Amino acid sequence: MEQSSPLTTFTPELFMRNFAEAEPGLTRKGAIEESNRCLYCYDAPCIQACPTSINIPSFIKRIATDNLRGAAQTIMDANPVGASCARVCPTEELCEGACVLNGTSAPIEIGLLQRYATDWAIRSGLQLFQAGESNGKKVAVIGGGPAGLSAARELAREGFQVVIYEAKPLAGGLDTHGIVSFRLPQDISLWEVEQVERLGVEIRTGMKVGLDISIEELKAGYDAIVLAAGMGYVPPLGIEGEKLSGVYDAIELVETTKTGIPTLELMGQRVAVIGAGNTAIDAATCSVRLGAANVKMIYRRTRGEMTAYDFEYEFAKQEGVEFNWLTLPKRIVGDELGNVAALECVRMELSGEAGPDGRPSPVPVAGSEFLLPVDAVVVAIGQKRRMDLIEALGLKHKRGVVEIDPATGRTSDPQIYAAGDIVFGAGTGEAMVVSAAQQGKDAAYAIVKQWSGRQDGIVGSAV
Amino acid sequence: MADLSIDFAGIKSPNPFWLASAPPTNTGYQVQRAFEAGWGGAVWKTLGEPVINTSARFAAVHFGGQRVAGFNNIELITDRPLEVNLKEIYETKRRFPDHTIIASLMVEPKREKWHEIVKRVEAIGVDGLELNFGCPHGMAERGMGAASGQQPDLVQAQTAWVKEVATTPVIVKLTPNITDITVVARHAVKGGADAISLINTINSLAGVDIHSWNTIPNVGGQGAHGGYCGPAVKPIALSMVAECARDREVGVPISGIGGISTWQDVVEFMLMGSTGIQVCTAVMHHGFRIVEEMIDGLNHYLDEKGLASVTELIGKSVPRYSNWGDLDLNYQVVARINEENCINCNKCHIACEDASHQCIDMLTNAEGKAILQVREEDCVGCNLCSIVCPADGAIDMIALEGGAAPMSWNQRSRIISGVNGSYSEAEVG
Repeated sequence: MEQSSPLTTFTPELFMRNFAEAEPGLTRKGAIEESNRCLYCYDAPCIQACPTSINIPSFIKRIATDNLRGAAQTIMDANPVGASCARVCPTEELCEGACVLNGTSAPIEIGLLQRYATDWAIRSGLQLFQAGESNGKKVAVIGGGPAGLSAARELAREGFQVVIYEAKPLAGGLDTHGIVSFRLPQDISLWEVEQVERLGVEIRTGMKVGLDISIEELKAGYDAIVLAAGMGYVPPLGIEGEKLSGVYDAIELVETTKTGIPTLELMGQRVAVIGAGNTAIDAATCSVRLGAANVKMIYRRTRGEMTAYDFEYEFAKQEGVEFNWLTLPKRIVGDELGNVAALECVRMELSGEAGPDGRPSPVPVAGSEFLLPVDAVVVAIGQKRRMDLIEALGLKHKRGVVEIDPATGRTSDPQIYAAGDIVFGAGTGEAMVVSAAQQGKDAAYAIVKQWSGRQDGIVGSAV
Repeated sequence: MADLSIDFAGIKSPNPFWLASAPPTNTGYQVQRAFEAGWGGAVWKTLGEPVINTSARFAAVHFGGQRVAGFNNIELITDRPLEVNLKEIYETKRRFPDHTIIASLMVEPKREKWHEIVKRVEAIGVDGLELNFGCPHGMAERGMGAASGQQPDLVQAQTAWVKEVATTPVIVKLTPNITDITVVARHAVKGGADAISLINTINSLAGVDIHSWNTIPNVGGQGAHGGYCGPAVKPIALSMVAECARDREVGVPISGIGGISTWQDVVEFMLMGSTGIQVCTAVMHHGFRIVEEMIDGLNHYLDEKGLASVTELIGKSVPRYSNWGDLDLNYQVVARINEENCINCNKCHIACEDASHQCIDMLTNAEGKAILQVREEDCVGCNLCSIVCPADGAIDMIALEGGAAPMSWNQRSRIISGVNGSYSEAEVG
């Protein structure tokens, strides 16, 4: 990673170097050693900690016994986006955090082993699963992200004809567009998309439901609908100066780096990133790797309240990102050309009183306003809700969070199920890819149950 | 620091660590390097009519990611002329007069052949002779090695021929490829053996290559059985040493061989009746320097135990080794799980559930924590849970007090026979 390079322009070589996957995968020897360390627990806590219940001891034993196809199948059977999750899951809070070896020696590197097995599967070119015999039922999936892909794959394995309506030119959702390449290269996500397509799932890209196809058409043409449209871009801060040149949406910023060399210019610039979630961290490290001279994260609360994972925070610090805690942006100041020149902030303090989400409320310190000279501002304060789509579908929701039966994912419209970020409520931690995948599976099983008359959806049982 | 020197059937050695007759003792260069590293003695690679060895020769069994759990070879005795070996033995002995050099010998089972080689070897000065009646491959087809070692009368006769002319102590090396090793040991003693060494390697095929379907190792696509050694064979060797050690008709010093890799292994073999030990595979794997750690560990152990001499270990566990029929059937241990050390891997539960007596329950305690608990009334004290448990101190096997008076199967049978008049001694294994 080059940060303070004497280069003044962002060359393709620098881009390739800075955006190549940062963490090396395991070598064969490393994988054999690590997999042999696994105790092969019975009723293993790592499985319980995995939202998709991957049979982790089983796939690790398969690695240890040189059965990588079996290992990859075990992973991908439970989690259709298991290759992406191997890279982006907060493993220390999930499987690795539950490993019984914590405190005894060191937890098994489950994420790296999962990546080792799925990398093998990607290189092999194999199709890991087969479509089920057609049952004549049709399901439309709105959104081709982790939840939509997972629902589609499980339905296809059960014989449903599935069409995914994807608004973007490529499916995969945030895995394809929204996570920095040096953590999750796009081809990993696209392989997962391809695995789903190889089951006969049709993915109609560039299709916005409600615009390119009407709701009525959709409801008439399909037996069931899975709504997995995720969330949108970053909502406005609501402060002066947001329209200035040099103000970026964090998700858009990351997205521009996923499909080729970005056109935006951060080389040598001073960047302020507003927010402290995982996307904010991604935007910050992304800015560093795009050649920014200095990157500061601006957060109105403290380290203790930030929602980014510890490993993300550590990674950002290693990348040279600075953190300005208890700092609230008040106004973006422009120069005479309409470019960002500074960010006016005010110091905050924690009031000691808990806010509605239980976290202590920050309050401004009177008279503490100051100007932070910056060339760019990246906004990462969350994501917009798909209010228009949800309203158009006529679904019950709470401020843009679709209401569902948690067991089945069924919405207020019995024909429509929902999964993924579109049902992810505020104040419930970080939305995880792996949870979206499980919700997609759950919605699929509920549809299988509804249409097959079966008491239990059994697809996706542990291998 | 304890005294590590031993007197093995009259052979003085600065320590009990000898190299077994094998590839590491092929040349004077190697044996001298070994003595410099700290080995107390070496049994020179078997002398006889030089052979032609194959390529490849070695293979190993790797287990759970660890290399060389077991080792397999199809190499034969020395492939160098006797004169060359004798010259190097002479030079090595002159440089290291206080170290032990034993000549391993193997010739056709003919009296004059044995006389000839014994005289030639003793003429240049060795501390003892080891008769190789154990090599399981190659030489056996020529009526030597294990072929004669599997025939007790041949062992006795050849030992006697050697003793007719030998002036140094004679050690007979035994093959494990036999039903009861003590039979051959007794015949060796009848033939006049001053000591025995065991075990030689065990007949083995290291593996089959599941892709090429060739044997491992293979010589141009063909394989043959070899001899197995290394850590995996230690329990087999130890039991054979123990059987010989407790056999009154054997009654000669034992040089223990078979999978010895650490100082702990050395202690075990000596406790089970070995006066000295021999090592090969550990050196094949790590080089001669491994003896430094073995000597150091043994020294600290002896100091910790307050023992002035390593010889105080010899045979101390032999009286504790007997027949199954003499074991106390009323002795009872049960497993107890220590919650504070348990890591909840549940391996004890599933092992007991599927392979023993279904007495370890997965429960939740009052605080809602998952715990494992033994139903002691159903526990048969088999040890399985404590074997599979990966956490130190998580499972103890506790001896229960206050049970019935000791009663072995043999005692029980004797009592029953007093009632119905029939009785047979059990050596049930």
